[in-house]
Amino acid sequence: MSAAIPTRLRQSTRDRMMVTPEGISLPLTLASRGTRAGALIIDLSFIGFLMFVTTIALISIAGGTAAVAAKAEQQNAIGHALQFLFMIWIAAMFLFRNAYFLFFELGPRGATPGKRITGIRIAARDGARLSAEMVIARNLLRDIELFLPLVFLASASDGGDMGAAGIAAAAWFLVFALFPFFNKDRLRAGDLIAGSWVVEAPRRKLEAAMSTRRVEAGVEAGGGTAHPRPAFTFSDGDLAVYGEYELQTLERVLREHRPDALRPVYEAICHKIGWTPGAGDERAFLEAYYTQLRARLESGMRMGKRKADKFA
Amino acid sequence: MAATPDVTAIEAAALRSDRFRLEREADWKHLDDIVTRLEKGRFRKLSDEDVLALPVLYRTVASSLSIARETSLDAATLAYLETLVQRAWFIVYGPRASLGSWLRRFLGGGWSASVRAIGLDVAIALMVMIAGTVVGWLLVSSDSEWYHALVPGQFANARVPGASHDALRATIFGNDGQDALGAFAAYLFSNNAQVSILAFALGFAFGIPSLMLLVHNMAVLGAMLWLFHGAGLTVDFIGWLSVHGTTELFAILLSGGAGLHIGRSMAFPGERSVLQAASEAGRRAAQVMTGVILMLVIAAGLEGFARQLIDNTPGRFAVGGTMLLLWLLYFYAFRRETDGGESI
Repeated sequence: MSAAIPTRLRQSTRDRMMVTPEGISLPLTLASRGTRAGALIIDLSFIGFLMFVTTIALISIAGGTAAVAAKAEQQNAIGHALQFLFMIWIAAMFLFRNAYFLFFELGPRGATPGKRITGIRIAARDGARLSAEMVIARNLLRDIELFLPLVFLASASDGGDMGAAGIAAAAWFLVFALFPFFNKDRLRAGDLIAGSWVVEAPRRKLEAAMSTRRVEAGVEAGGGTAHPRPAFTFSDGDLAVYGEYELQTLERVLREHRPDALRPVYEAICHKIGWTPGAGDERAFLEAYYTQLRARLESGMRMGKRKADKFA
Repeated sequence: MAATPDVTAIEAAALRSDRFRLEREADWKHLDDIVTRLEKGRFRKLSDEDVLALPVLYRTVASSLSIARETSLDAATLAYLETLVQRAWFIVYGPRASLGSWLRRFLGGGWSASVRAIGLDVAIALMVMIAGTVVGWLLVSSDSEWYHALVPGQFANARVPGASHDALRATIFGNDGQDALGAFAAYLFSNNAQVSILAFALGFAFGIPSLMLLVHNMAVLGAMLWLFHGAGLTVDFIGWLSVHGTTELFAILLSGGAGLHIGRSMAFPGERSVLQAASEAGRRAAQVMTGVILMLVIAAGLEGFARQLIDNTPGRFAVGGTMLLLWLLYFYAFRRETDGGESI
């Protein structure tokens, strides 16, 4: 595929091209570091909430059991019941800590609730299938990136003073927290090991086709069945001054439809092609110019000629 | 198709690229609808036809995108198509949702294949573990103060240098009155699982911290071995340990090997790029690690229950030896035709 000419106006350093197994190059936008941090904070608060609720629930169950068993005077049964609850608690804490991310990222959405709220998801770096092993690897690494240094830090600062251990834990934490700042794809250590990356998961609505909308509007207004003649007809020379970049800018202006933005564009085009700007029908003029410019550029494309912008 | 495109609208469109778009819009909308429902997690509501249509529609829309890129300058349509193909790509090439089939493949050969694939690293980790045990023994035998430095307080209790034969013997026999076995097992599992995840994850720093962790853990073992040897209880201690130890130490060995595998691949990537080498090794090691967690569950069960319930050395050796044999057979003798490697 020759995808040399950009199909969108894109300037961000976060844009990447990924080639699907079908050989189609797809533009991806890497998630920003701030978004990812936000997603993580949301997820951690969910985990914290789940842990808290589970602990409270188990404690209240334990209290109830103890009360019942005390009445029945079954000391042995209390022991077994409490022990069982304690096992559940340990298992639940282990699962919340390690399986929360795995469970959600292995689903078809490839994102934890926090990631979905912030509109990002994980994907394989090479464009191939995101495999279960990748998800497992990137989340096992989270343990040393996040949980261990934090636990270490908490225990180091327990006595009130932060000694060498505290500094070591902080340094450890910072090395991994700052890891995404020191590689171009913003990978954290887990992404690096797993071969995954975090990208934006945008959603977009299909907008109406520009050229048909004008015609339909014309048909309604005119009441006729025949194609209404465009009010403005431009010569080949009038259209030759602009390229694809200007066409896309014009399209954006038309779709946004802000009268105060239409006016300067209208004047600029009139000035460029030597027309005298009138007033009142800027939109009709711009739509006609857009349609005819696009028709010209697209027929050029079919012949293999592309004009990137007005300088080309 | 669900909605036939409005013929008059297509004819009315002034531009050829808009006619192209209007003719295909129904397919795009259909794919959009399926993808949206999948993204919202409504699998149940999806009809069989839609599930079957998804890959076909994905390819149709992908080809629409490549045609549109060559013929159309409608930026909004192109952006929509790019997003739609990307969303469908995430689903078509997403993780295979069925956890059951993954588990079956994993247990039925995937796990043992990846254990064999990191054989060299496991061998190195084994050497390091043996060396760690020897170091622990030698350190403590030269100066018994090392014992307190090596063995954390919670393990020590009665097991301190100078403890009598009977006191030591009591720590490995006659615990069957102990009540909190289940909770103890759960605690041990959680603890050991964190240690082995650490051993794996530290492989990231070229494997050296993984090895140090192995050395440290095994030095504790060496020190305790020395202690029980002094009391003439070597065989009994090994028996006591072997019930769960063959499984648990094997699991720690594998996690150390997995960590080392990543470290080694990053240090010596060969002809691949470092990132590629790291991710290939990481995926293989992750599979080993999933199994390690499973082994630790079994080890904790053995440690919490079987060890205390079987109160004689030959019985303990029988259990531990059987477990070791089973693991070895499973990893190295059980080979199934794996189709096309471990990753896909």
